[in-house]
Amino acid sequence: MEEKSLYQPYLMRIAANIDETPDVKTFRLEFVKEDEGKSFSFKAGQFGEYSVFGEGESTFCIASSPTRSGYIECTFRKMGRVTKSLASREVGDIIGFRGPYGNIFPLDDWKGKSLLFVTGGIALPPLRCVIWNALDLRNNFKDITVVYGARTVRDLVYKHELEEWGKRGDVKLITTVDPGGETVEWKGEVGFVPTVLEKASPSSADTVALLCGPPIMIKLTLPILTKLGFSQDKIFTTLENRMKCGIGKCGRCNVGKYFVCKDGPVFTFAQVSQLPPEY
Amino acid sequence: MADKKIIRKSSLGELFKKIRSDGKRILAPVDRGGKILFEYVDSPGSIAPDYIQTTLSAKDTLLPRCEEMLRFRTEQKSVYLEESLNRPEPTLIFGVRPCDARSIAVLNAVYLINYTDDIYRQKIDTTTIVGVSCAKCDEYCFCTSVGGSPGDTAGSDMLLTQMDNDIYLAEILTDKGKAIAALAPELFAEGGDVDKNKHCADVPVRFDVKDLSKRLPGVFEDPVWIAQSLRCIGCGTCSYVCPACTCFDIQDETDGNRGVRLRCWDSCGFAQFTLHTSGHNPREVQSQRWRQRIMHKFSYQPDQLDVIGCVGCGRCSRTCPVDMNILQHITDILEVH
Amino acid sequence: MIGYGEGSGNRVRAIFIQKPEDADRLILDDRCLQNLAVYLPKHEVRALGKPAIVARVPVLRSIQQLVYEQQLKEGDIAVIGVSDDGQVLDFPDLKSVGDFVSKIPLTLTPDEQAALKKLEAMSREERWNFWLEEMSNCIKCYACRASCPMCYCERCTVDCNQPQWISVPAHALGSLEWHIMRAMHLAGRCVNCGDCTRACPVKIPLALLNQRIIADIVDNFGEKAEYALAAFKPDDTEDFIR
Ligand SMILES: Cc1cc2nc3c(=O)[nH]c(=O)nc-3n(C[C@H](O)[C@H](O)[C@H](O)COP(=O)(O)OP(=O)(O)OC[C@H]3O[C@@H](n4cnc5c(N)ncnc54)[C@H](O)[C@@H]3O)c2cc1C
Ligand code: SF4
Ligand code: SF4
Ligand code: SF4
Ligand code: SF4
Ligand code: FES
Repeated sequence: MEEKSLYQPYLMRIAANIDETPDVKTFRLEFVKEDEGKSFSFKAGQFGEYSVFGEGESTFCIASSPTRSGYIECTFRKMGRVTKSLASREVGDIIGFRGPYGNIFPLDDWKGKSLLFVTGGIALPPLRCVIWNALDLRNNFKDITVVYGARTVRDLVYKHELEEWGKRGDVKLITTVDPGGETVEWKGEVGFVPTVLEKASPSSADTVALLCGPPIMIKLTLPILTKLGFSQDKIFTTLENRMKCGIGKCGRCNVGKYFVCKDGPVFTFAQVSQLPPEY
Repeated sequence: MADKKIIRKSSLGELFKKIRSDGKRILAPVDRGGKILFEYVDSPGSIAPDYIQTTLSAKDTLLPRCEEMLRFRTEQKSVYLEESLNRPEPTLIFGVRPCDARSIAVLNAVYLINYTDDIYRQKIDTTTIVGVSCAKCDEYCFCTSVGGSPGDTAGSDMLLTQMDNDIYLAEILTDKGKAIAALAPELFAEGGDVDKNKHCADVPVRFDVKDLSKRLPGVFEDPVWIAQSLRCIGCGTCSYVCPACTCFDIQDETDGNRGVRLRCWDSCGFAQFTLHTSGHNPREVQSQRWRQRIMHKFSYQPDQLDVIGCVGCGRCSRTCPVDMNILQHITDILEVH
Repeated sequence: MIGYGEGSGNRVRAIFIQKPEDADRLILDDRCLQNLAVYLPKHEVRALGKPAIVARVPVLRSIQQLVYEQQLKEGDIAVIGVSDDGQVLDFPDLKSVGDFVSKIPLTLTPDEQAALKKLEAMSREERWNFWLEEMSNCIKCYACRASCPMCYCERCTVDCNQPQWISVPAHALGSLEWHIMRAMHLAGRCVNCGDCTRACPVKIPLALLNQRIIADIVDNFGEKAEYALAAFKPDDTEDFIR
């Protein structure tokens, strides 16, 4: 086929399939056509449209780091038709991927700064990409702090990687589960993310914060970050509007003068506060 | 400068023949029991003699209500992408109203700026638009309020204006228009130096669209949206008949181990449009969806793409089952302080 | 109060009167055909408080059917009835609405019967082609569904994708599939108000489908059939009908 059409996905082979929680999976995907994999590149924060042929497309961020090439990873929760069908695929199966789409976390601008990641539940994947990206370029940044919470211990994703980060001396990792969600072996915190964050009280000096999570967590965490001294333009998040095309054509993700797919998904809260509340 | 010629109405048959033998399909408005639809014709005799506006716009040719994006075949673990059958056929659309022709600028802005949509690009590249100026209008038309006019040339490759029963002024506007005239140069005579305006309908300017764009962000929270849209039933018809609405949905359809991925028209008027699988809906009620329609066309699109997403054809008002009159609603919004 | 008022051009439109002094905007004449019952489940209309609704016979029938399907209960709305000869009818409660319309048989007008006859006179093939041709114009905007007071399901079959019952794209066969499905869901529930046909932007004579079913019901169960085909049980375990 001549030039690849805009909506034509790359064919990707599932190279690894990890059960993160009972309803969350991570796939490692390799390009079926090697040359496509070689010329493919992306940046932290971008997403793609993953498809099961015959079922449709779903939007997920690229959860692996751009510093690791040759493959991409995605982590998704079984929600609807496409994700359920995706979850039933096995290693060796072929799925589709279009991307990378959207804007990026401006890691280059953050050289020399500290990074604070605050996230909950299934919202870790977009930040996991940034975390690995920063860890692979560790010398570019000062302190790296990760505050991550889930409802229960079972709902924590990337358990093995959390363990690895916990052991590294150059990341401050705080994990927490909601009260009642702990197990006897649980060594992390118990409590909601905003409370745990307030207790840890990380410095805002020369620091950018990355905040991704369910709406209620975001709502309660923002005032804490403000109290800690973060201004709205130093707090980054990703918006998740329903998407179809991913490239600003289908109109679905339009919020105010932005298309979340094309102009986002990465926004600062200074930008978000200017948007109509339609996300 | 446009090349101005005259052509006799009685010569159109000859011109149509030449266009057909040049390998182009001709779409033209045909009367089907009161609804005026673009259909394939071979001669001008089949064209609806008298109408203000077609029931649906010509957008269906450039952005079909449902079209193939890709084609695939699955075999056990393997997937093969097949050559798509969605290849455009050279087409001439005859009798496009100037408002509809103007809407092509909106489609172009959405589909060609930033990422170029190759499916659309192939269609627009192979389509020639022969517009026909409006001699009549009705109370729903407001092209002149959004930058157009009944004799506007924007978007047409050739624009015809009927001067008297048998004579059309032919303005040859683009290379595609020239190519059509070159098929039968003998049919295009000199004498085009005439004032066409007196043969065009008189559509009064009803509002100042720049003022509207400026004021819309300020009325976002106003109760006017709820008051206006209480009777809106969220049927989406307004978007489907609109020549400038471009939103689509993507769906897979399979037959055995073969399948196609299709895109189909969609509308921000539907509750489903923004609904997440989780049940969360950023635009939960109809007034928010109605507001999106007006904001998108008159505030966001001018901001994003420097086009007004409405060409004033009035179709949405004519077709809306519950008489949501866009012109009236816009003038009411401008009254809000 | 939900009633009719002057619209644009020579049209009328639904209006929502919230202040007594606006009541003189209300009108009622031959142009007032929209089935206003479509607004009863609408979120933003409900938010305005308990409505009174101007109800001609088809609207009264819709109200009766909505009560029957547990969508409306006594006390939810006040009904200002209007009989076919223009008399204002006073209904103390919804039961009396039901009692009143049950006495008026749901039959087809001579014109409607004639149109059906014409269709029935066609051969199978002609009829199939007639519908395919009509359906090829359908743009699947679903205005027919949105205009219909009986299509109140929050998740219509066409929007369900697990499994995908009805193919989404607008092509003749898929559209016919949709309309047959809709007619079947409305069998015995359709009150023949004509709103779907009026709402359709490409003027597909949709009502013919349901009129045919009404004719069958009249033939098989008599003119006063008590919604014989609507075997809806209030304790139905499906929760998509809400
Ligand atoms: C930029 C972005 C990044 C995302 N990243 C992730 C991720 O890394 N992991 C993850 O589990 N989820 C992610 N989501 C959410 C995910 O797209 C939806 O939860 C998922 O598509 C819904 O399941 P489905 O496709 O099976 O639903 P279906 O019911 O089969 O699909 C319905 C359609 O609606 C769209 N849709 C439904 N809900 C959402 C939603 N919340 N957001 C966007 N589109 C939606 C789907 O794309 C699909 O086209 C992301 C969403 C966006 C916009
Ligand atoms: S056509 Fe009318 S009723 Fe339908 S969505 Fe548009 S404005 Fe609302
Ligand atoms: S919004 Fe209405 S008047 Fe404007 S272009 Fe679309 S259909 Fe025509
Ligand atoms: S957002 Fe709405 S008004 Fe704008 S193009 Fe899409 S369907 Fe039309
Ligand atoms: S209203 Fe008409 S065009 Fe729209 S879905 Fe129904 S039949 Fe099709
Ligand atoms: S997903 Fe289509 S415009 Fe954003």
